[in-house]
Amino acid sequence: MSFALTPAHAQRLEHLRSRYETPRSLILPLLWMAQTQEGYLSPEALAFVAHETQLCVADVTSVASFYTMFALSPQGHHTIEVCGTLSCHLNGASQLIEALQKTLGITLGQTTADGAFTLKKVECMGACHEAPVVVIDGVYHARQNVQSLTTLLEETRS
Amino acid sequence: MSHDLVVSARFGIANSHTLIVAQAHGAYTQLSTLLAQPPQSLVQTVIDSGLRGKGGGGAPTGAKWQLLEGQAKPRYLVVNADESEPGTFKDRHIIEHDPHLLIEGILLSCHALEAKAAYIYMRGEYRFWHDRLQSALDEAYGAGILGAHSCDITLHRGAGAYICGEKSALLESLEGYRGQPRLKPHRPEPEWLWGRATIVNNVETIASIPYILYKGAQAYRAMGTKESAGTLLFGLSGHVNRPGVYELPFGMPLLEVIETYGGGIRDGRALKAVIPGGASTPVLTAEQAKNATLSYEGMKLAGSALGTGGMIIMDESTSMVDALDNLLAFYRHESCGQCTPCREGTHWASSIVHDIARRQPRSDALPTLKNIARTINGQTICVFGPAVADVINGFLRNFPQEFA
Ligand SMILES: Cc1cc2nc3c(=O)[nH]c(=O)nc-3n(C[C@H](O)[C@H](O)[C@H](O)COP(=O)(O)O)c2cc1C
Ligand code: FES
Repeated sequence: MSFALTPAHAQRLEHLRSRYETPRSLILPLLWMAQTQEGYLSPEALAFVAHETQLCVADVTSVASFYTMFALSPQGHHTIEVCGTLSCHLNGASQLIEALQKTLGITLGQTTADGAFTLKKVECMGACHEAPVVVIDGVYHARQNVQSLTTLLEETRS
Repeated sequence: MSHDLVVSARFGIANSHTLIVAQAHGAYTQLSTLLAQPPQSLVQTVIDSGLRGKGGGGAPTGAKWQLLEGQAKPRYLVVNADESEPGTFKDRHIIEHDPHLLIEGILLSCHALEAKAAYIYMRGEYRFWHDRLQSALDEAYGAGILGAHSCDITLHRGAGAYICGEKSALLESLEGYRGQPRLKPHRPEPEWLWGRATIVNNVETIASIPYILYKGAQAYRAMGTKESAGTLLFGLSGHVNRPGVYELPFGMPLLEVIETYGGGIRDGRALKAVIPGGASTPVLTAEQAKNATLSYEGMKLAGSALGTGGMIIMDESTSMVDALDNLLAFYRHESCGQCTPCREGTHWASSIVHDIARRQPRSDALPTLKNIARTINGQTICVFGPAVADVINGFLRNFPQEFA
């Protein structure tokens, strides 16, 4: 298998080239494009990014592995992230995590057997006034409780 | 208290994020006049205003801008929208409700700094806010506000690393490296992006520039205190009835802000502790909070720091051991791993406090924690480490009975 950017991403890349002094600065934008397309960073995608930035694959992989939002292995169809940092913790984040683990039958960091959900605990999402916060597929959901979360999960599943 | 709103004036207006509404309410009206003025006069106004950086450090913005004097071109401006300090959620409100204020601030700042281009580094989790700001940038390009004769503005997305909010780690990340802080120079100098002289400023700092240049340094100075001029988007979270951001002049009593704006402590409980300026500022007891005022000097006097102004409020039901355990799990996860005292110390301290939390403390837990804090402090490349040491010491000093 090989990797290629969608036409829209390829166009965006050409536009961005003029904005940075070195091709290396395109690493993060390229990794984002690849992950958006494939759901994670496949070895082919990493090789593609290395080629575009004139770096070796090990270098690109080293950079990708530094950032928690980049996935180097396939993820569940949906990603559920519960903020566990202090303001959310003070407002019941632990109960949410417990309930989710029970409902989904997995622990933090795991993916359900049907590949539907990956569950993660994350650090402060910059939404402490809406604690506790749960982010599903990148979308913030404010002031969650076990009940509202159950509804949200059903909506996501269907 | 009546005062001007520097960065949140358009927050309440419907669709204030669109160009047409922002323009109808004053955005860009004096832009061309100001861009016709000599850069040095704009820098002078910013110096005179007393503006201090709103990303947590409070460095005087004008003095920092002067570091570019005599530096070769091209120069760059980098706007820090990483906003990852726990308890801090202010910059996203500016981006959500008034992205054109930020864009105008960048245009004015780039002119003052004679910068060729600006980069906005935004945390990866802020996808909604990324799209919102990109739409505003597209609108500004479409309308010719940005374009051939202006500096280019590029939105750059981070990917989940607290440390990338530290300015030199941010620049490493922008250059395409792992986000690890750089060694600090011995004398003040600009930052360097691709080896070019660069200024890094927080979103709210840059969003304050239009007000200062439109209304003048004195209007800004008229608010706040002598050492802490102007206003800040203060944040309230934790155990308060009305968590949120509130733009207030510096110098207000801490408890008054919790009562008046935060609606008091939830469920009518008593206040136990306040972390006043984001997780990395030392915790205050309710007693210490009593006379504290929200300014750089006021917070220092109270035994902490103003930081980002993001206050985390804890009521009497809170276990301080549990709170420190939670914070240390954060620092342990977010240490970039470059310096041994920080990488190892955060792990070690975290596991010791976790053992206290599950009531299986080692017998020498307290002296060991103090020792770890001392070993981290001053032995690292960036101030992440010393901040962790301050956090640990603050909890141990102010709530010794809970750790005994
Ligand atoms: C560990 C660490 C994290 C930081 N995170 C942020 C951040 O998320 N946003 C920010 O504006 N500044 C952050 N800073 C401060 C920046 O290093 C820098 O001082 C600031 O962006 C300068 O802008 P200002 O002078 O306008 O505040 C952080 C500093 C440290 C040490
Ligand atoms: S602590 Fe959860 S969003 Fe800040």
